[in-house]
Amino acid sequence: MSESTKLDADRIRTLLETESAEIKENTRLFNAERYDAVEAVGAEAHEGYRDRAREIKEDAIERLPELIHQTRSAVEANGGTVYVADDAADANRYVSEVLDDEGADSVVKSKSMTTEEIDLNEALEANDVDVWETDLGEFVIQVAEEAPSHIVGPSLHKSREEITELFEREFDPDESLDSAQKLTAFAREYLGERIDDADVGITGANFVMAESGSIALVTNEGNARKCASIPDTHVAVAGIEKIIPSVAELEPFAELISRSATGQDIPQYLSLLTPPVDTPTIDFDREDEPAFGGGDAERDFHLVLIDNGRRAMRQDDELRETLYCIRCGACANSCANFQSVGGHAFGGETYTGGIATGWEAGIEGLDVAEEFNDLCTGCSRCVNACPVKIDIPWINTVVRDRINRGKDPGFDDLLVDGLVPDEEESGTPLRKRFFGNFETVAKLGSATAPVSNAVAGTGAARTAMESVLGIDARRDLPEFERTTLRDWAQARDTAVEDPMRRVALYPDLYTNYVQTERGKAAVRVLEALGCEVVVPDAGGSGRAPLSQGMIATAEEKAEGVAESLLPYLDAGYDVVVVEPSDLAMFQREYEKLLPAETHERIAEGSYEVMEFVYGLLENGAELDALPGGEGDGVAYHSHCQQRTLGLEEYTKIVLERLGYDVLTSDVECCGMAGSFGYKSEYYDLSVDVGQSLVDQFEPAADERTVVASGTSCMEQLDSLLAPGTRHPVELLDPVRR
Amino acid sequence: METGTIQEFQQSLSSLDTASTVVSADEFEAGIADVIETPAVGAELPFDDLSLSETPVTLDPSPAQLRGATTGVTGSRMGITSLGTVAVESREEGDEFVALYPERHVAVVRERDLEADLSDAFGWLRNEFEAGRQSFILATGPSSTGDMGALVQGVHGPEHVHIVIVRDNE
Ligand code: SF4
Repeated sequence: MSESTKLDADRIRTLLETESAEIKENTRLFNAERYDAVEAVGAEAHEGYRDRAREIKEDAIERLPELIHQTRSAVEANGGTVYVADDAADANRYVSEVLDDEGADSVVKSKSMTTEEIDLNEALEANDVDVWETDLGEFVIQVAEEAPSHIVGPSLHKSREEITELFEREFDPDESLDSAQKLTAFAREYLGERIDDADVGITGANFVMAESGSIALVTNEGNARKCASIPDTHVAVAGIEKIIPSVAELEPFAELISRSATGQDIPQYLSLLTPPVDTPTIDFDREDEPAFGGGDAERDFHLVLIDNGRRAMRQDDELRETLYCIRCGACANSCANFQSVGGHAFGGETYTGGIATGWEAGIEGLDVAEEFNDLCTGCSRCVNACPVKIDIPWINTVVRDRINRGKDPGFDDLLVDGLVPDEEESGTPLRKRFFGNFETVAKLGSATAPVSNAVAGTGAARTAMESVLGIDARRDLPEFERTTLRDWAQARDTAVEDPMRRVALYPDLYTNYVQTERGKAAVRVLEALGCEVVVPDAGGSGRAPLSQGMIATAEEKAEGVAESLLPYLDAGYDVVVVEPSDLAMFQREYEKLLPAETHERIAEGSYEVMEFVYGLLENGAELDALPGGEGDGVAYHSHCQQRTLGLEEYTKIVLERLGYDVLTSDVECCGMAGSFGYKSEYYDLSVDVGQSLVDQFEPAADERTVVASGTSCMEQLDSLLAPGTRHPVELLDPVRR
Repeated sequence: METGTIQEFQQSLSSLDTASTVVSADEFEAGIADVIETPAVGAELPFDDLSLSETPVTLDPSPAQLRGATTGVTGSRMGITSLGTVAVESREEGDEFVALYPERHVAVVRERDLEADLSDAFGWLRNEFEAGRQSFILATGPSSTGDMGALVQGVHGPEHVHIVIVRDNE
């Protein structure tokens, strides 16, 4: 494989062996608690906060220069100082100067990703300043000399036993620290002394309020409160994007931040501080003097606002949304790949998880983002998790596209249509082009089937594919059908008299060339329910190129689809889609690829097949026209993008109405997500993610028919569980009677 | 019988493992003596009608007294019924230290100062900000961490929180 694929199979395997268990347990717990908390507050209320939060962020980033100015005036009026730092070096220099002026040689810090970003600790330590992280997770990381593996829980990947071993080795305590209680007590004691002795306290800021010059801090431990109030000097370091207009705008974020992060309704401590605060200074040298030592020291406050690439991100139409991020980590927790390997694989120099690509591309550059950007499969499970509605998969796609172009300045993904793998070329772009041009591969494969299937199945071909294209030989390849769904449909005569609806069944690549059975079943089901069905001559949706970061090709495909489907929509047809990832293209990504009006028409006129069946039944179609389930068991795995669109339920309801007993999977993702699971370096990860689905279904698989809505999910289940997975619509097929 | 608001507040508190006591203004001093563990330090209450001066609580403590105290008593001008939250204000009386250092934090809140939910609490905060009082900590339950491999209470803040609710005069 190409050298630039830094995240190789070995590194992933190592992380799966060492950090995966803890990461899995903790992220899944956070994720489950988030779902519960959102349910408790009510989906509608939660959506309301999200809309409001998004609106506030859009406005604040738009008005950023003005808000920075207002913040400065307010903080200065309060008696503090504001410094806007251009980059890491500038910020570190300023903080060092503040420390020099105070004659400070010890600093206590509360957790701050922004200071991680600028490597503040290293800069201060180089000046002989003692720096202590007081957040326990961050302290563990500091002692272990590691980088955080999660935005919210920096030491999430470490077990209690590992921390015990680490602390006993580093601190040689009198008694063994063999419980979480003892470890916490030890750290409290140890850090407590350092906090009391520190000259300066450094915190981050979750939000900065321009009107009053206040900062908001979110913590559970109380260490931020101590760092901000015990040393006489408080330095708060925050990215410029943290500014919101006033305390009034803090409300939706106060509702959202902990609920999204850990599933708490509110953090233990939500501090709204307008420094210098009125809390008296404390003088531990005058232990027995009343009034906290009766010190007459002044409180001093510095707010350091960091640009470090953010103003450029603000000007960048595709990366701008990243600045709305409130660093809750929900995107990471909802990400199946992150759940397996964590931020030491799925993260850059500072930020980790889904949104890390946007951050790292903006503050560090594409080369840092590239190291892990491929781990985003575009499953979109993070989209609904994000409290500010950032389209994280799109940012990942854009960065992928830029990486492609950066590597190969002449990269024009449009030119490679009709590609046949060329042995002269090697490396990632070739593989990207192969997967990105899956439509061409499918057309060729189908036209030459069954020979193409036979050839592709030989050992020699698989070895070649593995070495040239990085397609893992352990994966079964799709087998192409000689007769496409469209050919089959055209050759058939059907006449539904007086149709209830007229349907254009979209022939996605898999349904048209590979899984034609599910397409045929869909046609027959819709006809049985009183619809006239046509299969239009429409090409691929652009999903394949899009997931390789080939946006121009995807756009061209989208235009082609629009051209073929719009006449049907104009004529009153509904568009029905079998493959959920293609429906997701129509509903979500086409917004970025097509003119607004065209996108709206396609999005409004298209339905997932089982959703459509549900609608027909609701509108008077006869359930009896379909074969009944007779109490049979079904194990149903919806598709990640289908779930993001809120369409999971329809299949379940229809199957239940037909008399099936339905068990639904509750894992975030099957781990295959299109081309991802075929790539050699990700094979182990894909299997690891898939294992949680297998664990849930295996005990039931003997008695239940396993059905999955998405092609890649079917392939994953077929290879990990028992072959024979079907699309739910196949259970409804009248020919089964 | 407690009124609905107090009951609801107490329910929120109990789900946070936070103890609570309801007293009338007359019973206040005895009530405080009952719930503190000495040595205790305090920040004089921000209420005209209630004071800690007749309780076994040391006001204006020295650093040594602060560090040695088992209990810290502060008054809170706002509580949130639905969440079991109380506001700690950064005042010259040193509420922040008193609420943070000792392993036990006793917060006194009056029934009339309870806001129904976070949204009402923000209404209150906006008014306070306008009036120039702009530093508050909304504290909910004891300090806690999961960073050491299990949930532990009492990290940099108190391990136990006890809320004393002063009933409004009928
Ligand atoms: S992108 Fe959204 S979900 Fe992810 S950390 Fe930022 S705010 Fe949270």
